[in-house]
Amino acid sequence: MSDATQDGATATPGGGARTHFSPAQRVLHWGMAVAILAMLFAGVGMVSTARPLHLELIDLHRPLGIAILVLALLRLALRFGRGAPPLPRDLPPPVRFGATLSHWALYGGMIAMPLIGWAMVSAAGLPVVMWSGMHLPPLVAQSDALHALLWDAHRIIAYLLFALILLHVEAALMHALIRRDGVFEAMAGGPAPPR
Amino acid sequence: MTKGNAVGGAAVIGAVVAVAAVAFAWAGGWLSPGRLSPEQFIAALRPPGGPAAGDRRNHAKGVCVTGTFEATGAASALSTAAMFRAGTYPVLGRFSLGSAEADASDATTRVRGFGFRIRTPDGAEWRSGTIDVPFFPVGTPAAFLALLQAQGSPDKGAAIGRVAAAHPELKRFGGWAASAPWTGSFAEERYNGIDAFVATDASGAQHAVRWSLLPAATVHQVTPAALAVMGPDVLEHEIETRLATGPARWTLVLTEAGPGDPTADPSRDWPAERRTVTAGTITVVRSEDQAQGPCRDVNFDPTVLPAGLATGDDPFPAARSATYAVSFNRRTAEEARAQGSTR
Repeated sequence: MSDATQDGATATPGGGARTHFSPAQRVLHWGMAVAILAMLFAGVGMVSTARPLHLELIDLHRPLGIAILVLALLRLALRFGRGAPPLPRDLPPPVRFGATLSHWALYGGMIAMPLIGWAMVSAAGLPVVMWSGMHLPPLVAQSDALHALLWDAHRIIAYLLFALILLHVEAALMHALIRRDGVFEAMAGGPAPPR
Repeated sequence: MTKGNAVGGAAVIGAVVAVAAVAFAWAGGWLSPGRLSPEQFIAALRPPGGPAAGDRRNHAKGVCVTGTFEATGAASALSTAAMFRAGTYPVLGRFSLGSAEADASDATTRVRGFGFRIRTPDGAEWRSGTIDVPFFPVGTPAAFLALLQAQGSPDKGAAIGRVAAAHPELKRFGGWAASAPWTGSFAEERYNGIDAFVATDASGAQHAVRWSLLPAATVHQVTPAALAVMGPDVLEHEIETRLATGPARWTLVLTEAGPGDPTADPSRDWPAERRTVTAGTITVVRSEDQAQGPCRDVNFDPTVLPAGLATGDDPFPAARSATYAVSFNRRTAEEARAQGSTR
C-alpha cells in the first residue's frame, strides 16, 4: 500500500541501497496518476449525464485509456528492469505483504481496464474510435454475452480500482506524514529522512 | 514521531480521502438526483408492463433490413465522409415504430423510424436514426424528458398540457400528428434525421447539415382505421411482401443550413428553399425478423460518424447516444441471460 518499494529492491552502483525510483519511473507514476484519476472521473461522469458533456468525456476516455495501456506496459517493463528501492526494514510483514499485493493489483488494474474497455466496445459492434477517422481494430467479435460480461467487469473493476487508489494515497500519506520513513520521498523526490 | 504528528497526519489523510470520495460521488451523479441522466430517459420510457426483455427501450418493435447505398459523389462537396464518395456500400437498417411497447399496434403508433448503418471498405462507419416526423416535438432534451414523463403520468392530459404551456413548440407537433397523412408502408415514408450535424469538406470548410430519406415509392394515403383492419403487424408483413417483388428505394438528401438557421433546436425546421445535395440512393432488398436478424444487436447511435461528419451544437445526439447506450447495455445483458438459460 505504500507507494514504493518492496521486492525487487536494487542496490546503487556505489553499494548503498537505492532511496528513490528512477526519474523515468517517477515521471510515469505521477503522469499516470493524473491520467488514471481523470479516466475514473470521466468514466463515472460520462455515464451519468445525457448532456453534450457525455460525448466530450467519451472522446477523452477512449484515447486516454489506450494511452494508459501503453504507458502501463512501459512502466511494467521499467519496474522489472529497474526494480524499486527497498521498503524500510521495520515495516511489519503483513503491511509489507499488503504493499506488494496492492502494487501488483494496481498494475493489473491499469492494464486490464483499457483492454476490457476496448474489448467491450468491440463486443458491442461499435467502432473503437480514438479520434475522428482513427479506429482501433476490434479486439473480439460482436457478442451480447461477452458485452454483458465485459460491461459489468469494466464498471466493477473501476470502483475497485478507485478504492485501491484511495488506499494507496492513504498509505503514501501515512508514510509521508506519520512514519516519515522515506517511502513517500522515494516516489515524490526530495531528500529521504534518515531511516 | 510525536503523538501530535500522528493525530495531525491522520486528520490530513482522512480529509484527503473524504474529499476524493465526495468528488468521485459528485462526478458520478450520486449527489445530483436531478442531473439530466440517461437513466431518467429510460425510466420515463418504461411502458406500464415494463420493457420486453432483450428489446430496445424505445422504438421497441421493428424489422431488420439490408441493402446498399449508392453514392452519387455529390455530397463530397459538403463532407469528406468516405460513404459520400461515388460508389456502392452495404447498408444495414431497421424500420421501427416510435413506441416503447414491443407489441404496439401499427395502426395506433403515429411515429415511424428508420435506423441505418453504412460502412465503407476502408473502415468508415455512419449510423443514423431517422423518423417520419419533419421536426422534433420539443427543442431540448430536458423538455423531451418532461414530455415523456408527462406521457407516462397518471394524469396524462393535464401533464402534457403543462409541458405544452412551457414548450409552445409542442403544439406544432400536435398539429402534425393530427393532420399528416398515414401510409400503409414503411417504404412510403419520408424519414428525417432532424438533428443538425457539422459536415467538413475537403477544404476544411464546415457546413451545418441535416438529412432526409425521400421515398421513391408512390405514397398511398390510408386511414388508421383501414390499417387497423389489416392487423397489428401489417407494416412488417407489407415490407416483406413488397421486397419479394422488388427493392424499396430512398434518395438520401443533405440540406445545408442558411445563415441564422437554428442548428441547436431540432423542433425548428429550416426553410424549404435551403440548398440540398443528393448524396445517393438507399436500396433496401431484404427484410428479416428482428429477433434473429442482423439489426438486433446494432445500436443506431447517431454519434457514430465517419470523418467528415461530426456533432455540432444540437444537444440531442449526445442525449440519444447516452440513452441508447443504457438501452443497449440492458438489453444485451437480458439477451445474454436468455441465451445462457436456453443452453
